[in-house]
Amino acid sequence: MADSVFKGNAITIGDDVSTDDIIPGRFAHLRSNLPELATHTLEDRLPGFYERAQPGDILVGGRNFGLGSSREHAPVVIRMAGISAILVRSVARIFYRNAINQGLAVLICDTSGITDGDELEIRLNDGIVVNHRAGEELSCGRMPPLMSNILAAGGLIPYIKEHGTLDSGT
Amino acid sequence: MGKTLAEKILAERSGTDAWANDIVISRVDLVFVQDTTGPLTIRLFNETGIGRPAVPERTILFMDHAAPSPARQLSTDHVFMREFGRQSGCVVSDVGEGVCHQIVAERYARPGEVVVGADSHSVTAGGLGAFGTGMGSSDVAVAMALGRNWFRVPESLGITLTGQLSPPVCSKDLILYLIGLLGADGATYMALEFSGPGVASLTVPDRLVVSNMAVEAGAKAGLFPSDERTRDFLESMERGHDYVPLFPDADAKYAGAIRVALDSLVPVVSCPHTVDNVSPAAELGDVRVDQVFLGTCTNGRIEDIAMVAAMVSGRKKAESTRVLVAPASRQVLLRAIEQGHIATLVEFGATILPPGCAGCLGLHQGILGDGEVCLSTANRNFKGRMGNPDAFVYLASPATAAATAIRGCITDPREIS
Repeated sequence: MADSVFKGNAITIGDDVSTDDIIPGRFAHLRSNLPELATHTLEDRLPGFYERAQPGDILVGGRNFGLGSSREHAPVVIRMAGISAILVRSVARIFYRNAINQGLAVLICDTSGITDGDELEIRLNDGIVVNHRAGEELSCGRMPPLMSNILAAGGLIPYIKEHGTLDSGT
Repeated sequence: MGKTLAEKILAERSGTDAWANDIVISRVDLVFVQDTTGPLTIRLFNETGIGRPAVPERTILFMDHAAPSPARQLSTDHVFMREFGRQSGCVVSDVGEGVCHQIVAERYARPGEVVVGADSHSVTAGGLGAFGTGMGSSDVAVAMALGRNWFRVPESLGITLTGQLSPPVCSKDLILYLIGLLGADGATYMALEFSGPGVASLTVPDRLVVSNMAVEAGAKAGLFPSDERTRDFLESMERGHDYVPLFPDADAKYAGAIRVALDSLVPVVSCPHTVDNVSPAAELGDVRVDQVFLGTCTNGRIEDIAMVAAMVSGRKKAESTRVLVAPASRQVLLRAIEQGHIATLVEFGATILPPGCAGCLGLHQGILGDGEVCLSTANRNFKGRMGNPDAFVYLASPATAAATAIRGCITDPREIS
C-alpha cells in the first residue's frame, strides 16, 4: 500500500514543464539504465535538481505539467530523484496516468501561493494540502475511484498483479 | 440525444451505453510500442505475469526512433525487442520500415477501432476514424496483456470546417492555427472532432496531419469521420475491405464549438519553444535557418515529399541551409523513388535520411548546434527537442519548409512561384 500522508519541502518549477524538460530525448540511450537516466532529471530546466532533491520533497508545478511525450520514464525518474508527490495547477493527460501508474501521486490544486522550500503536508484521503510556512490549507481535486485504487496499490502493474483484471475497480 | 464519434467508438468497444465522462473498460484492437518506450513496456508486461499478449498479431513493436541506432545501449534495446517479438509472436517492424504512426495508417488501423500506442502521437489514427490515443508503458503493457484497458470517455470539442484550403496552404496550417487558438492545454482530456462540409475536401493524408497534432493542444484524440475519402485511402493501401463508414450522430452534444473557414487560413509557423506560439509565416521578419527538416509522422508522407519536390524542382537550396528529408516509411521512400522526387531533392541539395523519426526527438540524424535554427515539419519544438537546449525549432508545413529551404530564411510559400 502506498502512503496517504506526505510531508516534504517544496521544490517549485514553473508552468508548461514538458517531458522533454523532465528527461530529454537525447538521453534515450539511457532508458534501460534508470539509475543513470535519473541523474539527468530536469537538468535543462532546473540545473542541480537531482543533487538538490531530498527524499520526500514535493515537486510543485503550475499549468499543464508533463505535456508532451508518453515516456513513462518521466515520472519514474522524478520518483527516483526522491520526490514523494507532485502538486500542480493542471496536468497533461498522459503524464497524469503515467505518474499514478508508477505509484507517484499527482494532486491538482492552486499552487500559486507555494514558494520554494515551503514545508508541505499532503493528506491524500482528505484531499488537503497544508502549507505550514503560510499556515494555509489548500483543497485538491479528487481522482476517479479506479485511479485512487491504482495509486493505493502502488501503481498499475502491482494493481493488476493483485487483481488480475481491471474490472473490479470501476 | 445522439453520440459523438468518441462516445460511439468507446460505447461499441466497451459494450456499454457510454457517454462523455463515463469510465469504461474497452477492448483495444491494436497495441504498439516504439523503441524508446518499448523496452520498459515489455519489462512491465513481463512483471504482470500474464505471460502472453492477448492478441500478438495485433501487437506491433516498432524500431523507428533510433533507426539505425546511434548508440550501443539503443542497439541493445533493439536486440531485447526483437527477442521479445520472437518469443511472444508480436509483430516486429524493424529499422528501415518507418515511423510507427505512418505504418499504423498504411497497414493496420481501421475505422471504429480503439488503437493504443506507447507514443503520444498515436492520436494520428484518428485521421482514419479510429480512436487512437497515446499512453505510457504501464497502460500499454496492460493493454497488451489483457487486450483491454480503462478509458474516461472524453468530452468532444466540435470543429466545423467549411470551404477548402487554398494551396500552398496545407492541413498543417489548419492544425497549427487551431493549436494557437486553443493553447497547449486548451483541449486537455478532450477529443477534437472534425466535421462540416470542409471535411470532404481533406484527404486522409491531410487528416492524419491534423489528428497527429491534436495532442499538442492536450487532446486525447483527434477524430475524423470515416467517409468516401477514408475508403479511397484504404483502397490505395490495398485494404478497401477494412472500410466501414462512421459518423457522429447529428444531435451529438459537444463541449464547445469552433468554426474554421479553410479558405481563410494562411501559412503559419509555430515559434520556439512552445507549439502554441503561432504566427503567420509572412510576419516573422528575417529568421535565418541553418537546417530545414522534412519528415516525421506529421509530414513525411508521399504527398509532402511530392509537394516539396514540385516546389524546388530545377532550383538549388540556399547555400547556408542544410536540407534533411526523411520519408516516413519504406513505402513512402519507394514511391518517392518511383515518382522521381528523390532525384529532384538530391539535385536541389537535400540529404536523404532513412525512413524513421530522424532528428525529430534529438537522438540522432540532425542534432542542432548551439544557437542554430531549424525549421521542421515535425510536431514539437520544446526547448531541447532536437538534441540541444540552446537551439531553436520552428514548425511549419512542407510548403513553408520548401520555400524556406530555397531562400534560407523563413518564407511564406506564397512568395515562391
